[in-house]
Amino acid sequence: MSPLLLTMSVLLAAAMIVAGIVTIRARTISIAILASGAVSLFASVMFLLLAAPDVAMTEAAIGSGLTTFLFFFVLGRIRSGNYD
Amino acid sequence: MIKHVIALLLLIGLGAVFAGLMVGYTPDTVLNYTANYYAEQTASEVGAANIVTAIIVTYRGLDTLGEVTVLFLTAAIIALVLKRDRQPGFEAQHGWPPSGELLHTGSRLLVPLVLLLGVYVFVKGHLSPGGGFQGGAIVASSVLLMLLTDPLRRFSHRLIAVIESGSGLAYVGIGFIGLLLGGGFLDNRILPLGSLGDMFSAGAIPVIYSLIGLKVGAEFSSMMVNLSETEEQ
Repeated sequence: MSPLLLTMSVLLAAAMIVAGIVTIRARTISIAILASGAVSLFASVMFLLLAAPDVAMTEAAIGSGLTTFLFFFVLGRIRSGNYD
Repeated sequence: MIKHVIALLLLIGLGAVFAGLMVGYTPDTVLNYTANYYAEQTASEVGAANIVTAIIVTYRGLDTLGEVTVLFLTAAIIALVLKRDRQPGFEAQHGWPPSGELLHTGSRLLVPLVLLLGVYVFVKGHLSPGGGFQGGAIVASSVLLMLLTDPLRRFSHRLIAVIESGSGLAYVGIGFIGLLLGGGFLDNRILPLGSLGDMFSAGAIPVIYSLIGLKVGAEFSSMMVNLSETEEQ
């Protein structure tokens, strides 16, 4: 692994850890959802660096795309006051 | 307090396991036997520029059929569980908060582009990274974006079901044609292989992967639509 890739990987890992801490420490739920989406986004870039573009696409589409959307969708439902 | 200690211990344990794996890891300098076979034979046997796709769709095609079946079962179970609560003809007209100008205008621009990207990803699965599963998820995320913008939007269940079961049937049908004309179930050589890297190459792989993409997209979309409609009572 070249020094540039190594530096980027370490930075990405640090960013993932920070985003994970923000997820569990966030004051509002929307920030927590965004931060957990960011963890997936950093993870997908990490997969790209590890030469696995197929896995990176799956992670970006499902982990950071669909899951984040779904969480916001459910959050919107709960906020509109329609729970059973 | 005790909760935190347990969580900390659990974290340290996990960290120790991963550290052990990391220390004991030495990267391979040469490809192992199976990987070597795939790397050398894919271009001549399957004709796909993307070796991952060749493995997923052709060499391990049956496993992919199993994965698609698992996803289908998940979608079917979600539909079954949520359907119980739904009353026909019940039109929810709750006062939804308006979704906002930014989301509305942005999604009008983004939905066609996202849909196009999804189709591009699964149609070019044999040439570039990605394929049916990734493309299907991207297509479904455009459906979810539409639902996010307008929660009361109605999607045709019949259309989703027709796309889903039609592409599933066609997928299995192509598999059986491979059994009759090619070397085995889901053999891609029922269509000419073409030259490596062309749009129309790799035999039946683009067709199969497009069908998988449509099926996965329809399954994810039906999950979203079911989830969205049941919540509305």
